[in-house]
Amino acid sequence: MNNLNNLLPLPVLLPMMGAALTLLLGRRPRLQRAVSIITLVAVSAVAGALVWITDTVGVQALWVGAWAPLGVVLVADRLSALMLTVASLVTLAVLIYATGQDEEEVLRETPVSIFHPTFLLLSAGVSDAFLAGDLFNLFVGFELLLFASYVLLTMGGTAQRISAGSIYVVINLVSSLLFLTTLAVIYAATGTVNMAQLSLRFAALPADVTLPIQLLLLVVFAIKAAVFPLSFWLPDSYPTAPAPVTAVFAGLLTKVGVYAILRTQTVIFPDRPLTDLLGWAALATMLVGILGAVAQAEIKRLLSFTLVSHIGYMVFGIALATQPALAGAIFYTAHHITVQASLFLVAGLIERFGGSTSLDRLGGLAALSPLLGVLFFVPAMNLAGIPPLSGFIGKLGLLGAGVEVGTPLAWALVVGSVLTSLLTLYAVAKVWNRAFWGTPMLGPHEPSEPDESSDDTLEERRGLPGVMVAGTAALVLLGLALTVLAGPLYDYVDRAAAGLRGGVYLEAVLSGVVQ
Amino acid sequence: MSPNLTLAIVAGALVACGVYLITERSLSRILMGVMVAGNGVNILFLVASGRAGGPPLIGVTPKEDMSDPLPQAFVLTAIVIALATAAFLVTMAYRSFQLNGHDEVADDVEDARIRALALADEASDSFEEIRFSDTGVDVVSE
Repeated sequence: MNNLNNLLPLPVLLPMMGAALTLLLGRRPRLQRAVSIITLVAVSAVAGALVWITDTVGVQALWVGAWAPLGVVLVADRLSALMLTVASLVTLAVLIYATGQDEEEVLRETPVSIFHPTFLLLSAGVSDAFLAGDLFNLFVGFELLLFASYVLLTMGGTAQRISAGSIYVVINLVSSLLFLTTLAVIYAATGTVNMAQLSLRFAALPADVTLPIQLLLLVVFAIKAAVFPLSFWLPDSYPTAPAPVTAVFAGLLTKVGVYAILRTQTVIFPDRPLTDLLGWAALATMLVGILGAVAQAEIKRLLSFTLVSHIGYMVFGIALATQPALAGAIFYTAHHITVQASLFLVAGLIERFGGSTSLDRLGGLAALSPLLGVLFFVPAMNLAGIPPLSGFIGKLGLLGAGVEVGTPLAWALVVGSVLTSLLTLYAVAKVWNRAFWGTPMLGPHEPSEPDESSDDTLEERRGLPGVMVAGTAALVLLGLALTVLAGPLYDYVDRAAAGLRGGVYLEAVLSGVVQ
Repeated sequence: MSPNLTLAIVAGALVACGVYLITERSLSRILMGVMVAGNGVNILFLVASGRAGGPPLIGVTPKEDMSDPLPQAFVLTAIVIALATAAFLVTMAYRSFQLNGHDEVADDVEDARIRALALADEASDSFEEIRFSDTGVDVVSE
């Protein structure tokens, strides 16, 4: 036994302590920013260490307070460690972007002093959800990140954000209630909520008990992940939030749902893949989502629909449940977190530079700011899956796994995902054509410049602050790094997928624990 | 273990009332609904915990008479979360009341979106069809 597992609480504790500290430092913005950036750098370092530890030493489990087998257990395997690393790097980049933004917008109505503590709590909740070894702790992690997200989404309390926020809040309250109900049912059926123990005890129970429980869990997580029939809330609520908030929501919150589905399907119910149900849901998510995206003329809404659509790829991998399919799904999740977050950050830059995110009011951005063009073009092509970028590698992995399975449903998924990929290319090409090419338009600011004095402020509003560009560029580079490092990374996710279903996870959690 | 029927019925009734209230359009009724349904689910945990017994303290209650403490810990956590939920929803309902004069936000969301789309439609030259299929007849009449 070693002491490496004592690292596990850090990704949760560090942001929480950072949140407390930044709350105290509300009146000293510079110090506050420094504290939050240092906190997230530390979390990224711990997460990186966990990737190395889980890969070389093995799965780490920590019974907090040594209350085995009743208490809270934190578990990190290769999957959790990878998710933690990608998530903390993305939050760090978004935070850098946000500090650039609030430095520029001191006079806006957004209460900046609340932003940093809430953002760090969101990060703590995401880490807790990735590390949770029991379902109740997963529930608490979800609540933590949801409450932070409620505050971030309604920040400033404008009429638009309050009405968009109320949809989001009510949907998530209902899904939390459903989660709690499921937990009560699970406890009644098995007497535990620990995932490893559930895996053993559900295997002994008849299908008419376990199937409803599995479906309840999947519905709860599908609401969070925005899988097709339960995805309608997402495009309504995400686009109104400030750009960094939307970016981190789009990157992380839905992926926490995907991660929870992955855990449910591999750890808790390893022998009941429900391939048909999840497969059709994946197909519908991909196609309905992307058709919604094609119809949009507003960049943030369009991106929200592509987000829904590409969740389908991850569910595709989970549905097939073979090892290559799971590896593809994990790789695609890591890729999609970075790409989708960077696209939303670019949308924020576009809004700032062009004064709008509506395609009807934009034009010629590539000529006005080639840098902005590059920052949009790379993740957009990555999202569409143009070789050799990481989106292509993830899709190739999934398609290969689908062809290998070879059932009619698997072929339908393969065809559907290729079609979705093409339509994604069409959607982002539409943005490129209308916003980046064509005659330069200066957006809604143009008519409203009556005299020389307002010219300066206009110029300032349209300029791109260096820090914001740096944050976006860092994320785009992270996306490219996933491409460059795809070889070792794909080997790693392959091992992660192999370890998901094996007894390694159960053994690490339950070794030395009285059953 | 046989479940307690009274508790199960109470939980069912509370959840049913809660769901009915959640489908209302006013935020304060939704708040009531979430609270009532949440309490129903909390009672469900008591059903799950089995037969009621003495306090689970070693030395106070013999081991076989103890009630199961774990679901009660869950319920305690859920109650704390429900408190935060209530606080946030009340704030949001109040803010909505400040902005709109009422808290029927759900009603306003549709109105606001349709109005925004209709306005955007007037400015748009090329996306009329798509806009129309998004919004329906109301936009035309407006």
